[in-house]
Amino acid sequence: MTITGIAAIGAGLAAIGAGLGIGKIGGSAMEAMARQPEMHGKIQSSALILAAFVEAVALFGVVVAFLQG
Amino acid sequence: MTLSTFKSILFSVLFLAISTNGFASENSDPENDKEFEPKEMILHHVKDAYGMHIIDISGHPISIPLPVILYTDNGLTTFMSSEFHHDYNGEVIVEKNGQKFVNVHEKVYVLNEGETQVTYDEEHHPTNAKRPLDFSITRNVFMMMVSVIVLILLFTTTARRYKKSENNVPTGIAGFIEPLVVFVRDEIGKPMIGEHKYKRYMPYLLTIFFFIWINNVFGLIPILNGANLSGNIAFTCTLAVFTFIITTISGNKNYWKHIFWMPGVPVPMKIFLMPIEIIGMFVKPISLMIRLFANITAGHVIILALMSLIFVFKSVAIAPVSVAFSLFITVIEIIVTAIQAYIFTILSALYFGMATEEEHH
Repeated sequence: MTITGIAAIGAGLAAIGAGLGIGKIGGSAMEAMARQPEMHGKIQSSALILAAFVEAVALFGVVVAFLQG
Repeated sequence: MTLSTFKSILFSVLFLAISTNGFASENSDPENDKEFEPKEMILHHVKDAYGMHIIDISGHPISIPLPVILYTDNGLTTFMSSEFHHDYNGEVIVEKNGQKFVNVHEKVYVLNEGETQVTYDEEHHPTNAKRPLDFSITRNVFMMMVSVIVLILLFTTTARRYKKSENNVPTGIAGFIEPLVVFVRDEIGKPMIGEHKYKRYMPYLLTIFFFIWINNVFGLIPILNGANLSGNIAFTCTLAVFTFIITTISGNKNYWKHIFWMPGVPVPMKIFLMPIEIIGMFVKPISLMIRLFANITAGHVIILALMSLIFVFKSVAIAPVSVAFSLFITVIEIIVTAIQAYIFTILSALYFGMATEEEHH
């Protein structure tokens, strides 16, 4: 397998991690919003921030894959 | 304007956008037997370039020439990018000021004395040419200037609207800008930095919010294809460095104590946490930089890759799928432009808030 192939697998693994993380945040945020609709705005903005943190780690992986691939 | 006319205009613009996207990415004409290389096309669109390539009409590239400004050993040299005749393989040699210039993959090299042609090593780096100091107005710089002019016009018009109006009621364009400014103040500035201190940081927060947003949006306009400014790592790096400098300068005693001598934990833990916190100080702006860069670049790459599918499969049957998917991705990208501007701003505000937080017991 070439280094490009391995880099592509790495990018895929990073996507799995980010998908799990953001999915969990999104699911919990939806649940929380359903329980407390009056907190809708606050929950949404913190969910977006947390999603950005999770995504950043995944994007590090993607950038490394870019550099290798 | 009624809602339905607005809707039809919006959808015509979207479809037009997509069709020009496809048209602009076309580079395989019948006379040119060269195999279509999606990777090369995509990288060429995402990267910076000397001229502003707009469209290919039957194999003829049409582009806006931009000035190339170089500082070489013989002093300042300037010429228009059209002198390269759209060549970026180092074949066309431009003679200026007693020196020979070539464009190798959108980087201008100056040939060494007495050379007439570029030679390459195995990794395709020129061996007999070197890079001069480059201050060219490349297409990214050009788009940045355009966005700055648009922002200045937008905000001076807004200011004039307020001056004219009787009781500060926002009219016209101010009605569009005011909710956004209020949003940045009430949803980003106040909760993240705090009621008392947020005012000092508002000018910076508003500037980066609107600057990133407008550049993200410009990146999606297909006729300006390749205006991938917010997908340029140097651009995002500069913004992240600004955030880093402001955070570091406004850091109070409490902030530095949390970095160097974390209160409330035993001494071995304090020593253990110090290097982690110092690394964290630098990782924050780096993650800001990479997040914006990777998000915007990935969006461009996905749209162009979907468009390349038509040319890779060389079939019309694939076109509806390709167009539908790129319409879908384009709509998502419109949301992403705003979300990324919001995330960059809110994280900057969060870091400023951390730096100025008072000690509480």
